[in-house]
Amino acid sequence: MLTIKNLRASIEDKEILKGINLEVKPGEVHAIMGPNGSGKSTLSSVIAGREDYEVTAGEMNFLGQDLSELDPEERAHAGIFLSFQYPVEIPGVSVTNFLKTAINESRKAKGLEPMPAKDMLKAMKEKMALLEIDRSFLSRSINEGFSGGEKKRNEIFQMAMLEPKLAILDETDSGLDIDALRIVANGVNKLKSQDNAVVVITHYQRLLDHITPDFVHVLLNGQIVKSGDKNLALELEEKGYDWIKKEQAPIG
Amino acid sequence: MDLNGQILESKSQLLQTANGHDQIQDLRTKAMQVFENEGFPTIKHEEWKYTSLVPILRKNYSLTASAGKVSKEEVEKYSLKTDSYRLVFVDGGFSEEHSDLENAPFTFLTLSNALGSKEEALNLFGKIAPIEDQAFVALNTAFAHQGSFLHIPKGTRVEKPIELLYFTSKAQNEAPFFQIRNLILAEQASETQIYERHQNLGESAALSNVVTEIKVERDAIYDHYKVQNDQRDTALVDNTWVEQAENSFASVDTFSLGGRFVRNNLSFLQRGEHCESKMYGITMIGENQLVDHHTLVDHKVPNCQSNQLYKGIYTDNAKGVFNGKVYVHSEAQKTNAFQQNDNVLLDDLASLDTKPQLEIFADDVKCSHGCTIGQLDEDAMFYLKSRGIRDKEARAMLLYAFCMDALAGVKLEELKSKLKSVLAKKLGVELDFDL
Ligand SMILES: Nc1ncnc2c1ncn2[C@@H]1O[C@H](COP(=O)(O)OP(=O)(O)O)[C@@H](O)[C@H]1O
Ligand SMILES: [Mg+2]
Repeated sequence: MLTIKNLRASIEDKEILKGINLEVKPGEVHAIMGPNGSGKSTLSSVIAGREDYEVTAGEMNFLGQDLSELDPEERAHAGIFLSFQYPVEIPGVSVTNFLKTAINESRKAKGLEPMPAKDMLKAMKEKMALLEIDRSFLSRSINEGFSGGEKKRNEIFQMAMLEPKLAILDETDSGLDIDALRIVANGVNKLKSQDNAVVVITHYQRLLDHITPDFVHVLLNGQIVKSGDKNLALELEEKGYDWIKKEQAPIG
Repeated sequence: MDLNGQILESKSQLLQTANGHDQIQDLRTKAMQVFENEGFPTIKHEEWKYTSLVPILRKNYSLTASAGKVSKEEVEKYSLKTDSYRLVFVDGGFSEEHSDLENAPFTFLTLSNALGSKEEALNLFGKIAPIEDQAFVALNTAFAHQGSFLHIPKGTRVEKPIELLYFTSKAQNEAPFFQIRNLILAEQASETQIYERHQNLGESAALSNVVTEIKVERDAIYDHYKVQNDQRDTALVDNTWVEQAENSFASVDTFSLGGRFVRNNLSFLQRGEHCESKMYGITMIGENQLVDHHTLVDHKVPNCQSNQLYKGIYTDNAKGVFNGKVYVHSEAQKTNAFQQNDNVLLDDLASLDTKPQLEIFADDVKCSHGCTIGQLDEDAMFYLKSRGIRDKEARAMLLYAFCMDALAGVKLEELKSKLKSVLAKKLGVELDFDL
C-alpha cells in the first residue's frame, strides 16, 4: 500500500529524514517509536504532503501512485489520513461544516454526488457514539478551546468519518487519560479491516496494549534503525533508547 | 481642469439649481465659501494622508447629468427580495415608477420638496454634519438637491426594511458627478432598518458624494446597512453622520466589496446617556480597488457604549485604510468603547494602513482597541487540505470564518445570506457555509 524508499527530507536546509525505508501493506498495523526530535512528525507530515519540507531524495508510492505528484488534498482523496500531533484550532469553522466539506470534497474528487444530509447526520451519530462524543461538539469551532484529549478524540472522529485507507496517528495517545485512551483505541480497532492500514506513532507501550502492532520501528535521528515485532516495543519500554543508540554508534 | 475647477466654473448655475428655503440658501452660500477657501483635501491633510484624491478629481465630470432609465429587472437585481419599502433614484432623480411606499408608516419626501417647506427637514439639514474641514460635506451642503427625507414618527416600528437605491443608469457615458443628501429623522422609540446601495449600471466612471444626516431620538432603535459592491470604475465618498439621544441604539454596517474608490466617513455623535453605537464592516477588495474607512465616535455624555468591528481582506494590489477615532470627553465617564480592525493581506502588492486614534479625557472609562494584519494561517491551510479540502475551498473557508463575526449583528436574514453568497462568489467557491 505505502512504499517508502530512501526518503530524505529537509527543512530550511537542515536534513531531518535521512534515508527512510518503510513498507506498509493492507491490514497491517505499524508502530513507529523514537525519542523526541527524531523525525516522527516530519515523516508523517511529509507523507501527508506538507510543503514546508523539501523532499531531497527517495520515493513514496501509495497504491501505485507517486506521492510526490500529489497535493495534500489529493493524497487525502487517495485515502491518506493524518491525525495531527498538534491539531490546529480554526475559529469560526464548525466541526460539522468542516466534516461536511471534507467528505463532499473527497466525493467530488471521485466523481460522486454530495452525501445526502440525512446520511451524513446518521454517519456522524454512529461515529460519535463509537467515540463517546457529545452532540454539542458538532457546533463548536474546530479544536478551538478543546482540551488536549478532546482534540485527539476529534481527530479520530474525523478519521472515522473519512474512512481512510491509511491512517497515521501521530501521538494520538498523548493528552488522553486512561478511559479516553481505551475509547480511542477501541474506535481505531473497530475501524480496522483487512483493506486498511494504521501507522501509530507513540512513545508509550500503553497505546500498543490496546492496538497491537504487527511491526515496530525505531526512528532515530532521521533513520529507521531497528524494526521488529510487538516485543520490540516492550523492550523499548523497559530499556529506553540508549541501547539502540549504542548499537548505532560508529565502530572504531 | 480638475473637479475643483469645474465646480468653481459652474458655481452660480449649481447654486441656482440647488435652491430651497431661505434658511437653506444662507447655509448653502456659507458652505460654498468654506469649500472655496479649503478646496479638496490633499495627502497633506491629516485625515487624507493615506488616500490621494488626485486620480478621482482629475477627470472631466458632468455636473448636471440628465436622468436616464433603468429596467424593472435591474432594480430587482439590486434590491432585497423580501417585502420592503423601496425608494429608487435614477441618476439622482426620484423614480416613482420603481419605488414602493404602499402603506408606509413613515413620511418620505424628495430632498428638494423637503427643503422647500418641511420644518423637520429644515431642522436637520446641516445640523449634524459639519462643513468646516469637511470638503465633501461642504460641497454637498452647497449644492445637493437630490436625495431623501425620511421621517419615522414617534413610537413607530417600521416592520419592513426601507431600501434606498441610487442607480447610475447606462445613459451616462461620461463621468457623472452626483451629490446625494439624505436626511433621516428616527423619532422617539421608533424602530427602523435601512438598506442603502449606490449602483452604477453602466460603464461610466461615476463619482457620488453622499451625505446622510441621521437623527436618532430617545429610545429609538436604528439599523442601517450599506452594501458597496459597485462596478470597477465607480467612486463613492460617503459621509454619514449619526446623532443619538438618550437610550437609543444605532448601527451602521458597511460591506465594501467593490468599486474603484470608496471613502467612508462615518461619525457617531452621542448626545444622550445610555446610548449604544455600533459600526461593523467587511471589506473584501482586489485589483485596483481602494476602500478607506474613517470612523469617529464622539462620546460626549456618560454611560454610553460604542462598538466597532471591521474586517478586511485584500488581494492583488488592493489598498485599504482604517482610521478609527474615538473621542471621549472629560464628562463622558463610564464610557465603554471597543474597536477592532482585523485584516488579511493575500498578496504582496496589497497594502493597508490602519490607525486607531483614541483621545480620552475621562478617567473612569473602558476603552479597548486592536488591529491586526496577517496572512492566511499556513497550519490551518494544511490541516484543511490534509482532510481533502482543495486549496481554493480551504482558503475560502478560512477567510469566510475570519469575517463571520462582522456579520453577527445583521438583522435582515436575507441580507445576511446575500452577503454570504457574495463573499463565497468573490472567494471563487460554491460552498454552503450555512450549516
Ligand atoms: N518547521 C521546522 N523548522 C525547523 N526545524 C524543524 C521544523 N519541524 C521540525 N524541525 C526539527 O526537525 C527535527 C524533528 O522534529 P519532529 O519531526 O517534530 O520530531 P518528533 O516528532 O520525532 O519529535 C527536530 O530537530 C525539530 O526541531
Ligand atoms: Mg512529533
